[in-house]
Amino acid sequence: MTRIAERSSRWAGGGEVGAREAGPGRNPGVPLELDWIREIRVNRSAVERRAATFGTRRSVKKEWQAAWLLRAVSLMDLTTLSGDDTAGTVRRLAAKARYPVRDDLLDAMGMGGAGLTTAAVCVYHAFVETAVEALEGSGIPVAAVSTGFPHGLSPLPQRLAEIRSSVEAGASEIDVVITRAHVLNGEWVALYDEVRAFREACGEAHIKTILATGELATLRNVARASMVCMMAGADFIKTSTGKESVNAILPVGLTMVRQIRSFLERTGHAVGFKPAGGIRTAKDALLWMYMMKDELGNPWLDPSLFRFGASSLLADIERQLEHHVTGRYSAYHRHPMA
Amino acid sequence: MTRIAELFETLEYGPAPESAASAEDWLQGHGHAFHHFIGGEWVKSDGGERLEVGNPATRERLADTAQGTLGDVDRAVAAARAAFEGWSKVGGHARARHLHALARGIQKHARHFAVLESMDNGKPIRESRDLDIPLVARHFYHHAGWAQLLDKEFPGMVPHGVVGQIIPWNFPLLMLAWKVAPALAAGNTVVLKPAEFTPLTALRFAELTVEAGLPPGVFNLVTGDGRTGAALVEHPEVSKIAFTGSTEVGRIIREATAGSGKRLSLELGGKSPFLVFEDSDLDSVVEGVVDAIWFNQGQVCCAGSRILVQEGVAPELERKLKARMETLRMGDPLDKSVDMGAIVAPVQLDRIRGLVDRGIEEGASVWQPSWAVPREGLFYPPTLCTDVAPSGTLAQIEIFGPVVVLMTFRTPAEAVELANNTRFGLAASIWTESVNLALDVAPRVKAGTVWVNCTNLFDAASGFGGYRESGFGREGGREGMVEYLRPAWESETSPAAGGVPTSRALAASAASVPTPSERAESPGLGIPAIDRTVKLYVGGKQVRPDSGYALPVVGGDGRLLGTVGRGNRKDIRNAVEAARRAQGGWGKSPAHLRAQILYYMAENLAPRGHELRERLIGEAGLSWDEAELEFKVSLERLFEYAAWADKWDGRVHATPFRNVTLAMIEPLGVLGIVAPSAYPLLGLVSTVAPAIAMGNAVVALPSETYPLIAGELIQLLDTSDVPPGVVNLVTGPHTELAPVLADHDDVDGIWYFGSQGERATQIERRSAGNMKRSWVPHGRARNWLSPVEGSGEEFLREATQVKNIWVPYGE
Repeated sequence: MTRIAERSSRWAGGGEVGAREAGPGRNPGVPLELDWIREIRVNRSAVERRAATFGTRRSVKKEWQAAWLLRAVSLMDLTTLSGDDTAGTVRRLAAKARYPVRDDLLDAMGMGGAGLTTAAVCVYHAFVETAVEALEGSGIPVAAVSTGFPHGLSPLPQRLAEIRSSVEAGASEIDVVITRAHVLNGEWVALYDEVRAFREACGEAHIKTILATGELATLRNVARASMVCMMAGADFIKTSTGKESVNAILPVGLTMVRQIRSFLERTGHAVGFKPAGGIRTAKDALLWMYMMKDELGNPWLDPSLFRFGASSLLADIERQLEHHVTGRYSAYHRHPMA
Repeated sequence: MTRIAELFETLEYGPAPESAASAEDWLQGHGHAFHHFIGGEWVKSDGGERLEVGNPATRERLADTAQGTLGDVDRAVAAARAAFEGWSKVGGHARARHLHALARGIQKHARHFAVLESMDNGKPIRESRDLDIPLVARHFYHHAGWAQLLDKEFPGMVPHGVVGQIIPWNFPLLMLAWKVAPALAAGNTVVLKPAEFTPLTALRFAELTVEAGLPPGVFNLVTGDGRTGAALVEHPEVSKIAFTGSTEVGRIIREATAGSGKRLSLELGGKSPFLVFEDSDLDSVVEGVVDAIWFNQGQVCCAGSRILVQEGVAPELERKLKARMETLRMGDPLDKSVDMGAIVAPVQLDRIRGLVDRGIEEGASVWQPSWAVPREGLFYPPTLCTDVAPSGTLAQIEIFGPVVVLMTFRTPAEAVELANNTRFGLAASIWTESVNLALDVAPRVKAGTVWVNCTNLFDAASGFGGYRESGFGREGGREGMVEYLRPAWESETSPAAGGVPTSRALAASAASVPTPSERAESPGLGIPAIDRTVKLYVGGKQVRPDSGYALPVVGGDGRLLGTVGRGNRKDIRNAVEAARRAQGGWGKSPAHLRAQILYYMAENLAPRGHELRERLIGEAGLSWDEAELEFKVSLERLFEYAAWADKWDGRVHATPFRNVTLAMIEPLGVLGIVAPSAYPLLGLVSTVAPAIAMGNAVVALPSETYPLIAGELIQLLDTSDVPPGVVNLVTGPHTELAPVLADHDDVDGIWYFGSQGERATQIERRSAGNMKRSWVPHGRARNWLSPVEGSGEEFLREATQVKNIWVPYGE
């Protein structure tokens, strides 16, 4: 089988998801179209009703479930964003990213030689170098949260400088936070310019814009902010920092995913999606994957277009995989910790 | 490559089957053969015919059931009749406990019922598990509550007796719950006939009633096809029929029960519009369409089968719909990853295919997704039809399958016009982000249920039922409970003449107008009285009858009192047209205005006391006291309905979603009224006043025996600001005129208080033409002077229908 790292770039060239103009896997953005923002309609109740049925309309069992959960591992931005992070904990995380699932379990599932890793490791700027070093040779990218994460309220020059520093330190993906006030006040030009500036500062590094949807008040705002970020050239749109009181929830995800589809239809550019925060169980992960498959199709179940931002999710998936292999329910302590 | 490694690449949905074991064990336990459930036990049919029940997804035989015979139905009704006395007297609280136990029982065996339902009907397990069965339990809980509150909430009301219930195959157990729960709560006993395709969950429910300790005979079940249903409908001991099914069969039932005195509630077909305005959330609209027409394979009476979309966004919606259709999954109904299951029976599959073929012949473009439909079993793919004219087969006929037509409109007014361009009126969906638009359109759409930005939401607290040829009566909520109750006074007065003054009873029984024995004489040799000719009153004008003839009116002493116009069918036609023109504005006018007009009528009636009393004494031969009483009660009636005009208002039902469910009271529309003959003034006032207070326009046939009073009323209407056409009065022979009203397809309801027997039967039979609601109190004489019998909520209910508007909210 193809190694996962190779496969990851398979969709990046375009193919099924429409031609992408600039470089592999990048959304070049388009000029700001205020009409697109004005036309957006989101009916919260209807969105919630639909979101509630992903888990009741779909189910994967047995080998299918094991395969889907293994895929979930490959979609994970394994994350640590704690105040008490140290180089030691980050190195442990990096090791887990290289070997996310016990070899004996992978062998039992015929995935021993597949080179399964997580999609990336996501840390604060302070640990980018540590992570890059620890992941050397693995092909696993390091993502840095940036721009005054999680609130994004430091001065713009500082936020831009922070991006550049992280890129310089070796981060190839930058997760930026947007200024929520721009969304709440409908300052779309300001938001567009801000994200444009972030993107420019990212250079070759991919940019994920975190909307912090829990602070945007309405799904309509979520949709509008999604569209502005994509017009400004976001490679990914991401739900949350993990620090808001409400993080990744399906109605919000569905709202964003529908905007990704709309942007693709309008521009031909495929933008990735990253739910983050609150996704802790294998079952949760599957719900999001059903949504991606049914709303956008298999290309959005590839690390090039879909990521989970998660820290504790992996441990639950490992337990479920062991259960699949042995038929016995597993325990956390049987799996190496991150 | 290993299986998992391969699946890691393809990320296919695999099979995720729900186990059928428990349902199969149950079928096995019964030897795959079932009998009727009568008086609390399984009872073999007295005939030998058996009906096979199959699994539509696999074509396997699941069981066979008895074809109920006349004798079987007779035994079931006898058991129900025997149980009625005890059940109706046991008290609301005891019945509440029984219903509560049934609700619990459903919940305890929820998965078992769900699996059985999916095997029998072909619907996906997701639907039976998440929608049908939870709603079944909800209905029993909700109605346990009504049983508990019955005495306080419905004073003066009693159950009908034995209720015959006939349910369809699309929601077998849910339809059972909709019917059985309110019937039992109200104190009726039940004989239920499930659909011959899908009797299994009803049979399992019969067992549950034993487990839950329901007294024998309270719930009885007879299996069989339409012949069994007909036997139940025609059984003389059945007091009420509740039917859900096709309009065709509903019409047959209406005709068959005409004149029997059986109450009816009919929930019939639909061709429900699904209105999409340009400012709607189109992605959510797409999911709405999925829930509207691909829910239960489109075999839903209220399925949103006509998408009407604003022209500007039609191409985008069509594109989005097609993309969505590609991701629907069809297959084994017991698979948990399936969106659509099987069509219930070969005959239904053939019908769907036939109608789509006809649509194609008529020029429709038909689109189906690229995936393959399972080859085994009865499957039909989701289908989107465009290039369909409103006159096309696909736009007109109820398909009852996963087939939707998409048509366009330009303006909200045109949307409403297209939405109402159907004989049905069951449900409608309105999609817009503008609350102004939604709440403007919702009252204008002719439908018993209107869903704003949602579709196919149901709950026990909200009444469900149709306008027009989609039937009448409601199921669920307060409005549904009323269907299983009747006024207690009906059984307290004897059908003959109880409570009616003897002279009135005699007069009412006079079948024909007496002929004059001699010429009217002027009093003595003085100046003759000025001739008064009572004309017809149509569209606010006094008009000569089309026939050009007048009818003599003769007093009790044989004296010629005057003449009235002899109306004919053309006068009825003109009157209905005038009423239709007037009704739109009158129905929308503020209730306060209608109240003011009714008060004004009373104000103008009051000074005419002398004249009217003379008229009543001279024409109807009343004593002075009787005339005085009739006059005074008539005045009071006007006050009563002026009072009610702005108080018989709707409710907000407590449904368990984040929404407001507005139970809005609407007038029937154009109402035909055949006034009682015995009370020339009071009878007309007591019927016309509630009708117009509620916003109906009326075509009334005044007392046949004493029609001259109409002349006084015309003057009253003329002077009281009643808008032209709101009340139309046509005098003439009721035998000729009443059937024309009952037949008329633009009359929405008919009240018949004329002479009983065959003439009354005719009214009910003829009303089946457009399934207009009819109110014909067979054989039950009504004392119009009594405030209980002659006025009140019964009249208001009969003058109105409830429209439930679901408005979810949340930004």
